[in-house]
Amino acid sequence: MPEKIIDSFHIRRLDILDEKGDADIALMPSLSEAYMRRMYELLVLLRTFDQIALSLQREGRLGTYAPVLGQEASQVGTAFAIEKTDWVFPSFREMGVFLTMGYPMHMLFQYWMGDERGISAPDDLNIFPICIPVGTQIPHASGAAMAAKYRKDRIAVITYFGDGGTSKGDFHEGLNMAGVFKLPVLFVCQNNQWAISVPRERQTAAKTLAQKAVAYGFEGIQVDGNDIFAVYKAASDALKKARDGGGPTLIECLTYRMADHTTADDASRYRTKEEVEAWKTKDPLLRMKLFMEKNGLWTEKYQKDIDEQSKEAVSDAVKIAEAVEPPKPEDMFTYTYETLTPRQKKQIGDL
Amino acid sequence: MPKLNMVQAINLALKEEMERDDRVVILGEDVGKDGGVFRITEGLFDKFGPERVMDTPLAESSIVGAAIGMAAYGLRPVAEIQFMGFIYPAVDQIFSHAARVRSRSRGRFTCPLVVRTPYGAGIKAPELHSESTEALFCHMPGIKVVLPSTPYTAKGLLISSIRDPDPVIFLESTRLYRVLKEEVPEGEYTVPLGKARIVKEGNDMTVIAWGSMLHRALQAVEGFDAEVIDLMTLSPFDEETIFDSVKKTGKVVIVHEAPKTCGLGAELSASIAEDAILYLKAPVIRVTGHDAVIPLARLEEQYMPTVERIRKALTEVMKY
Repeated sequence: MPEKIIDSFHIRRLDILDEKGDADIALMPSLSEAYMRRMYELLVLLRTFDQIALSLQREGRLGTYAPVLGQEASQVGTAFAIEKTDWVFPSFREMGVFLTMGYPMHMLFQYWMGDERGISAPDDLNIFPICIPVGTQIPHASGAAMAAKYRKDRIAVITYFGDGGTSKGDFHEGLNMAGVFKLPVLFVCQNNQWAISVPRERQTAAKTLAQKAVAYGFEGIQVDGNDIFAVYKAASDALKKARDGGGPTLIECLTYRMADHTTADDASRYRTKEEVEAWKTKDPLLRMKLFMEKNGLWTEKYQKDIDEQSKEAVSDAVKIAEAVEPPKPEDMFTYTYETLTPRQKKQIGDL
Repeated sequence: MPKLNMVQAINLALKEEMERDDRVVILGEDVGKDGGVFRITEGLFDKFGPERVMDTPLAESSIVGAAIGMAAYGLRPVAEIQFMGFIYPAVDQIFSHAARVRSRSRGRFTCPLVVRTPYGAGIKAPELHSESTEALFCHMPGIKVVLPSTPYTAKGLLISSIRDPDPVIFLESTRLYRVLKEEVPEGEYTVPLGKARIVKEGNDMTVIAWGSMLHRALQAVEGFDAEVIDLMTLSPFDEETIFDSVKKTGKVVIVHEAPKTCGLGAELSASIAEDAILYLKAPVIRVTGHDAVIPLARLEEQYMPTVERIRKALTEVMKY
């Protein structure tokens, strides 16, 4: 009997805003001018936050930090589509997601300064603490989505990870479970090309990361991760689909980590200047600025004003974070269990 | 009152808790229509439906990982790992997350889940079906480890574990599942976590054991005036009951199936040395599984503590 093709697949790729700041009007999501300004202002705020975090780290005022530089559109664009009742399971580089959701900025500094109280989300934000072991947060998102589905809550769950995370077993298990149970989850892969020193080509021989979703029985789409409109459109469509019972989606945001992996890393050891330079032209802020300028939404004065506002907001947040009383030694015991064990009580006595 | 074996008692605890609290859900491999490979969840799929008794893909890490997400969302998941030897892929989720969700988020999120898994040798099973590695889990702050030895305590401890606000590893002796029947009341009762149980009072020595080894210890102490403690909660364990008994008897034998080195017996022995050494009249002796990979059926009896080995230790401490 002749062989047959029993299945084949295609992967959509979405681009809306190009490097010159021109947008494909046919694909543009409907966004008010105020909304677009807010997006741009968040991109600027995030970059300012990131730069100041780096300089604080160099001054010894902040611990090891994982910079966002280059990935702002992937984070702000997806987070703009999140609703208050949705649940978020981040990895460790999603400061843009936290800020877009309205997470208090001083708490983020407090956390990176080594105080866990900073990552304890306010009650009205369903965002889990950052997750250090790569990819292990992915099954949590599927579990929360199973719970939401069981409760018949019309919400979506969104989880973030990188290209490195797609190599983990938990990526497979989490996406597989989401596919089997048709769960309301959006999996956001920020493919920033590098897992510390290991390039994307060493994570998989597949042409895209988006296509991995095909094997789990749901759609994967690749977007230009530096194009905030494409990111936003893909994320809002996927989240709406999830809330409507249409199941999970994987979005691969093709972007680039412009900075080192963390402040403890030196990316010049493993990648060329030319590569980094080439990505500078694709900068997510620059193209949004050009778009705004072309559409009469940007002036020098506006830029100056939002730069100043951002610096002020960040500097205020740093001041608040640095003024927070340090945790008490016994605080390390307080949240191990709901109540202290007899042995912990003794150990507190010995402090 | 009905006489139930441990399988029936655990099943009853699950059924009653699911009836009482719609947050309680079950997930795992073969827990649905099949009722679990040991039939622990028998009948629950038919009674509560696939939304609450979920057959998952064959993926231990995400069974526990998903349970963590469910617990954070407000459910009370009971995850089943088919055998303790298969829990290792999920140890990352248990150690890196379940144990830390409360601490990491400073109480903003919690992880009230139970991971049930059968442990122990003695049923002539293939490799990695006979593990007894409870000490690994006792070492990790943030989780509790519970291990019943009888149908009555199994039901009460499981109910307490499901209601506990923190993650519990609930270990069930495969060997005890069907060998022992006792009266188990229907309806609500609990056996508190963190408390040991004095099974037999005595004056000459304290014997500490748990799970299937408790029953061997009880056989071994015949003819001795021994106090026998069923630890039940391995972490955090009940120091008070142990120390009170040691202060009375001055002699201690600890029995466990797990390998000797860094087993829970080491921690108990060190704790007794720290807090009650002045009451000791003899060395603390451990009777344990050997420091070897647990063998298949032909040698498993030689691996585990036998009644004879326990009696030898009892005779030894009585020399002092």
